[in-house]
Amino acid sequence: MNKVYIGCGAGFAGDRFDAAVPVVKALADVKAERFLIYEVLAERTLAIAQRLKREHPDQGYSPFLDTYLPLVLADCRRHGIRIVTNMGAANPVGAARRVHALAREFGIRGLKVAAVLGDDLLASMSEAELRREPVIEGIALDDRAIVAANAYLGAGPVADALATGAHVVLVGRTTDAALSLGPLMHVHGWKAADLDRLAQGTVCGHLLECGAQVSGAYFPDPGFKDVPDLDRVGFPIAEVEADGSLIITKPAGSGGLVSRATVIEQLLYEVHDPHNYLTPDVVLDLGEVEVVVAAPNRVLVQGARGKPPPATLKATVCVDAGWLGEGEISYAGPNALARAELAASVVRARCRAIGIVDPVRVEVLGTEAIFDSDSASRRPRPSQSSGGEYRVRAAVRSTKRKVAQQVSDEVLSLYCSGPAGGAGVRQHISPQVSTASILIDRARVHARVVMVEES
Amino acid sequence: MNVVEVPLHAVAHARAGDKGSRSNISVIPYRPEAFATLVEQVTEARVLAVFAHKGATGVRRYLLPRLPAMNFVIDNALEGGVNSSLGLDGHGKALSFLLLGDITVKVPVDLIAVNSPYRKKLAM
Repeated sequence: MNKVYIGCGAGFAGDRFDAAVPVVKALADVKAERFLIYEVLAERTLAIAQRLKREHPDQGYSPFLDTYLPLVLADCRRHGIRIVTNMGAANPVGAARRVHALAREFGIRGLKVAAVLGDDLLASMSEAELRREPVIEGIALDDRAIVAANAYLGAGPVADALATGAHVVLVGRTTDAALSLGPLMHVHGWKAADLDRLAQGTVCGHLLECGAQVSGAYFPDPGFKDVPDLDRVGFPIAEVEADGSLIITKPAGSGGLVSRATVIEQLLYEVHDPHNYLTPDVVLDLGEVEVVVAAPNRVLVQGARGKPPPATLKATVCVDAGWLGEGEISYAGPNALARAELAASVVRARCRAIGIVDPVRVEVLGTEAIFDSDSASRRPRPSQSSGGEYRVRAAVRSTKRKVAQQVSDEVLSLYCSGPAGGAGVRQHISPQVSTASILIDRARVHARVVMVEES
Repeated sequence: MNVVEVPLHAVAHARAGDKGSRSNISVIPYRPEAFATLVEQVTEARVLAVFAHKGATGVRRYLLPRLPAMNFVIDNALEGGVNSSLGLDGHGKALSFLLLGDITVKVPVDLIAVNSPYRKKLAM
């Protein structure tokens, strides 16, 4: 039996810090090729990393590297579990050096660490060239300052990195699915023409990339969709055969649930046309996919079909987008809703009076405001009791930090200048990054693998 | 047969995702037998109406009968999405529950799970 086991340790930067520990325990005794993946790189994260790298050339990798890896590095090395992660962010080589430093700290010897480079378009293209590419999604680039521009690499470079014998592979921007598909191509020897297998491997990656979203988390709806022991939710493990058929499961004894429903929800997560899901490796068709319970907490997924990949690669361009200013204040008890509505109208009037020209959203949380539009145009909700607890929130985006602060401060001033019983003000002013997606000819992107030695 | 009108939430679950200002929401019946009637009733036009106040401009529905599930892709549902939304939920992650709550369907009562809170409500 030539099964590959892939466990997931994190589905986003900020995922539960120790989630991988039970996954590593479960994989430790399996006699097969095993991998542990971490997906920690949201679209905007790279811009923050790129800024860090400019100021400190040895940084710019994921700050979560130091959160996650110290808990597993020694056990993974001991049991032969290889780690594949996009913690490289804007500086995969810097991340690799940091892994070596951790290895030294833990007395781990002979660790081989590889970095995948080539996603960073600022290293290979001029800003003017980037601005000429049509934007397929997101904001217009105009003359905004470009902070980062990265092409989504496919699984090929990840497989190449594993072929070097590396115990840890650090990538920057690749597709999330490549973290899983790379190991599968490497072990099973899948080639570019094995489209249906690449499709199954992409499904595997898609199901794992959000961590416990496939194994019972982001799922519970008490009374409707109940999940046991969510506080101990087991992160997913995929077992993938050479023909591509795969089982999704989780560590024995962990909390959570792997069922048809949990797998189907994740299968369609962030998918648009399910017959044409574009990746650099394959165009995925989910139309014939079957999801079958093989045993409790073991679900079989098969039947994905693949078509040849597009000639272009998607790239994300991150631009400076000014500031977001927010302020919140609470009202509770008798007539709370009326007091909150009064507070909201005061903030709106004050923003007009002090000459704020950027659109300001003022809303009353507790009234399903999260479903509403900036202009509160949703049909009114059925009558609600006016007691209870409501929170007024104001938000603005501006190129000027001062404006963000001014709007936030109008909420703060409600303490003494607003309705009765205002309490619990919180203010938040944060720099913003916006993104645009462009398509780049494959020939312009050169992925390469470098082995990073102990320094 | 005893047909009742209930929120979609009584017979299906859903998950929302985003790309830019476009939202996708899967709708998955608890019971596969409910799929046909959901296909009939949960139309692109009705879903567009749920997101009209956000400025949504179009809805495309994809059917996956083997799962079974539907996938709705809603254009401009997110007021700019994480790039430029002023709301708390730039990703539109909560919108699956807007859809499940605002759309009602007429279904045979048997399609609602026996232990569902809606069954208990209907029995009262």
